[in-house]
Parts: sequence; structure tokens; C-alpha cells
Amino acid sequence: MQSQIKQNLWGYLFIGPFIIGFLAFTVIPIIASLYFSFTSYDLFSTPRWIGLDNFKEMFTSDARYLNSLKITFIYVFVGVPLRLGFALLVAMLLNTASRAVGLYRTLYYLPSLIGGSVAVAIMWRNIFGDEGIVNIALMSMGIDPVRWFGDPSAALWMLIFLSIWQFGSSMLIFLAGLKSIPQSYYEAASVDGASFLQKFSNITIPMLSPVILFNAIMQTIAAFMTFVPAYIISKGTGGPLDGTLLYSLYLFKQGFEFFHMGYASAMAWVMLIIIAILTSIIFLSSKFWVHYESEGGR
Amino acid sequence: MKAKNIKKLLYHVLVGGFAILILYPVIWLVMSSFKRSNQIFVTAESLLPSPFILGNYAQGWEGFGDYGFSTFIGNTLVFVLFVLVGHLISCSLIAFGFARLKFVGRSFWFAIMIMTLMLPYEVIMIPQYIIFAKLGWLDSLKPLVVPAYFGHPFFIFLLVQFIRTIPRELDEAATIDGCNTFGIYRRIILPLLVPALATTSIFTFYWTWDNLLGPVLYLNSPSKYTVSMALNMFLSNESVSNWGAMFAMSVVSLIPVFIIFFIFQRYVVDGISTSGLKG
Repeated sequence: MQSQIKQNLWGYLFIGPFIIGFLAFTVIPIIASLYFSFTSYDLFSTPRWIGLDNFKEMFTSDARYLNSLKITFIYVFVGVPLRLGFALLVAMLLNTASRAVGLYRTLYYLPSLIGGSVAVAIMWRNIFGDEGIVNIALMSMGIDPVRWFGDPSAALWMLIFLSIWQFGSSMLIFLAGLKSIPQSYYEAASVDGASFLQKFSNITIPMLSPVILFNAIMQTIAAFMTFVPAYIISKGTGGPLDGTLLYSLYLFKQGFEFFHMGYASAMAWVMLIIIAILTSIIFLSSKFWVHYESEGGR
Repeated sequence: MKAKNIKKLLYHVLVGGFAILILYPVIWLVMSSFKRSNQIFVTAESLLPSPFILGNYAQGWEGFGDYGFSTFIGNTLVFVLFVLVGHLISCSLIAFGFARLKFVGRSFWFAIMIMTLMLPYEVIMIPQYIIFAKLGWLDSLKPLVVPAYFGHPFFIFLLVQFIRTIPRELDEAATIDGCNTFGIYRRIILPLLVPALATTSIFTFYWTWDNLLGPVLYLNSPSKYTVSMALNMFLSNESVSNWGAMFAMSVVSLIPVFIIFFIFQRYVVDGISTSGLKG
């Protein structure tokens, strides 16, 4: 029999590395970041306290910031639902007994696997070039080619397409969720004469809703932080006309190109607050659409 | 019977065709890397390189400046190895603590850990940079590697979930046989944890291999560049329109990712399906 104290000692011995790392690499930086957000700081001279000026500048006089916030919202709120919808659609297509499903699952997952890499961003940049295969495909369908690097909103769509293209990991999670729905539910519904759409909206969606909730939260956070594609595809500029200047990229430029460390810290805090609000909204809304088996339904 | 077969055929044409469409850009990248640079966009609509050349690979492999691409691959492998060792040791210890030991404040710290999972890196990026700069750690691997020895919330969570499925009777039997707590971790849990550690290793490899932001922040000398940074350099020099070499090295950077995926596919798919790891 171990004494109470000994048990506690063992526990903290094992999770000790986490606590030390959490304090050193998370808590101290967060507090420092909060402090810097109220200062003007260029990394080389001492930080100068300027109160709320950084935040005021962001929302009143920095047009680039407001634009960056706007396109990031578009990127997140168009990209994430399309990606999840796509993932669900393909997962439903693959939720059959066919032996080829294993192969298809692998193929559809591959873009997700490599999607975060520089190589894929370079590839994306080149297939959307003026003479790239995307424009060739458009022309062969009789559609006018798009100047993806000439028009800010087209450039943003290029990033959204890249995000949708990586639907594979959400698809795998949905597929695992679909497989756990008892087949008898569908059979019972069929006996009662339910149509495909009725089965989808009354069985599939409610049964899958916890998984959808989880995916929606994680993907929203991740999308808000998207950096590599915007950085590579625009060659670090965020162009054309700031069309791909996603929040993270602008923050990076403010911090490490212009050395506005105080301003960048303030941006990071606004980002944290936005993400916290979004996550809470998704959580709170889940009361109305997420169905948990153990509660016996709504 | 016949109608059923037609339906089946249609399904495979649709789903298989769509898979090819999705992967077409990757196929195009690979095939283009065997084309002459000045041919890549002129013949973009055709997949088959004519003439078929390997010169892009030779040229890309030379790298730039005094450093060949093998240097960048070597640097990246060292980076991955240090992070990997850190994650395996720290995450397994911490996960064991959370999953098996009863101590005051356990659920508090577990909740904290889950919260850090959702914390955007951007919030801590700037102060971390300033701290590491003050420590004189810039232009070294230290800022990128040292935090790995203090655990990673995703993997701790994954391992905790896995340890919870291991029967507690094994621990109790070991205690009766005279094992102390560390002995239970070392002799009972660790050997059974291998599949989850494999998943941890694979994702650590992917994320470290692909990491661009970290190396861009902390590494300055070309001699220390990682593969991601080298590709970024190719892109900055793109004005010389040497697409061939850039495409070839992009393909090279993807090869290890594909190889590991095809060998360890089961762990990857299980890892994502059960824990919701982003791939």
C-alpha cells in the first residue's frame, strides 16, 4: 500500500515534464505576449508602453489588417463547411461493403497526407498558373481561363480549393463514425418506407453529429491558423493585392518582416479571442443539433 | 442481377474516376519533373514527357550555393530524429501519469493539456522567439527541438486513450510481483504501447518533415536549411524559370512521406479514425 504522499509524488514525477514545458513554453510566452500587445517593440530597443494604441490602429487605421481579417473569415467560413461537406459526401460513398473501398480510402486520403507541405503549395501555384492545367481544363470545357494570380478574389479561391482538396482526414473520421451506426436503424427505417433523404437527415446526421461537432471545431481553428499555403503560393507577399494575406501571414509579416513585435502580439491576442468566441458559438449551438446517444435523444 | 452489375460498375467508374481527378495534380507534378523546364508549361496538357529526362533531378540535387540537396535532407533527418526521441520519451511518461496514477490535481492538469491543444501557435510564437533570441539559441535547432522533450498535447491525448484500454489487472499483478510505479511503466505499459507509439512516430515524422514556419523563424544559415526551406528557396529563385529542378526536388521531398504511409498505413488510418488527429 502506497501512502497518499508517495502517490502524489509519482504522479507529478511523471507529468512533471508537461508542467515544466507548459510553464516555460506556454504560460510565460502568453503573459509576455499580453504585455507586448500593449507596447511598441522592435526586438532591439526596450518595449514602450502605448496602452491600447495597437488595438485601436488595427480596427481604425490599418486597412490591410481589416482586409486580412475579412479574407481569413471568408477562407474559414467558405472553406471549412465545403471541406466537411465534401468529406461527408465521399465518406458516405465509401461506406459500402465493396472490397475496393480500402484502396479508394487510401487514394482520397493522400492529398490530406501531403497537403501541408511546401511541395504541394508549389504544385498548387503551378497548376493554377496562367498556362497551368486548371486553365487548360477550363478552356477545354469552353470556360474562359481565370487569371488566378491577377485577381485577389480568384487567388483566395485558389487557397480555398487547396483546403477542400485536403478533405481526406475528415473523411476518415466520418467513415469511422458511419461504420459505428447500427445497420438495423436503416433497415427499420426502410421497412417504414423512409426515403434516402429522410434516412440521411433523421439517422445519419444525428448519429454523426458529435463527430461533425469535433471536426467543425478542430478544422475551424486549424483553418484560422493557415500559413504555409498562403506564404508559398504568394511567395511570402500575400498578393495579388493582399488577396491571399491570411491572418497568420500578416501577423508573421508584421512580426518578422517589419519587426512590429508589439503590434503582432496584439494581433495574436485578437486572434485568440476570435477563436475562443467561434469555438464557444459552435459549442453552444451544439445543444440544438448534436445528438448524444446516452441522453436518449433530444 | 444484370442491373446490379451495371450499378456496381457505375459506382467504381464514378468513385475511381473521381480519385484520379483528385490525384491528377500530383501525377502531373511527378511527370513534369521528367520534362525539360522549357517544355513543362508548353506541353502542360500532356502527361508523357518527351523527351524523358532525369537532368532536373541531377540539377536539383546540386542544391544552391555550396550546399547540395543531400545536406538539406540530412539536416531535416537530424531535426526529425531529435523531435521523435523527445516525443516518444516525454509523451509516454506523461500519458502514463495521466492514465494510471491517482494524484491531487490530475483532472485539472488534464484539462489544461486539452486546452493547450486548441491554443494557436501564433499567440506564443513571438514571445517564444524573443525568449530563444535572448538565450542565444537563434540559428540552431534548439528552439525547434527542446520543446519536444516536454510533451505534445496531441500525442499525450492519443497515448492516454490507448493506455486506458490496457487492463488494470496487469498493473496489479506486477505490483504483487514487486514492481514499483516506474517498473509498471517500463515493463508493462511501454511494451503494450508500441502500436500507439508507432502512430506517434509517424505523425511526428510528417509534421516535423513538413514544418516550414519553425525553421523559417529560427534557422538562417543555408548550411542548416531543412528540405521545406530549400524548396522555398527554389521558389524565390523561380525568376530563372528553372521549374524542372524545383519540381524534381518537390517530388523528392514527398517520397519519404509516401513510403512511410504505404508501409505503416494501418497506424495512420487508425490514428486518425480513433483520435481525430489531423493528417
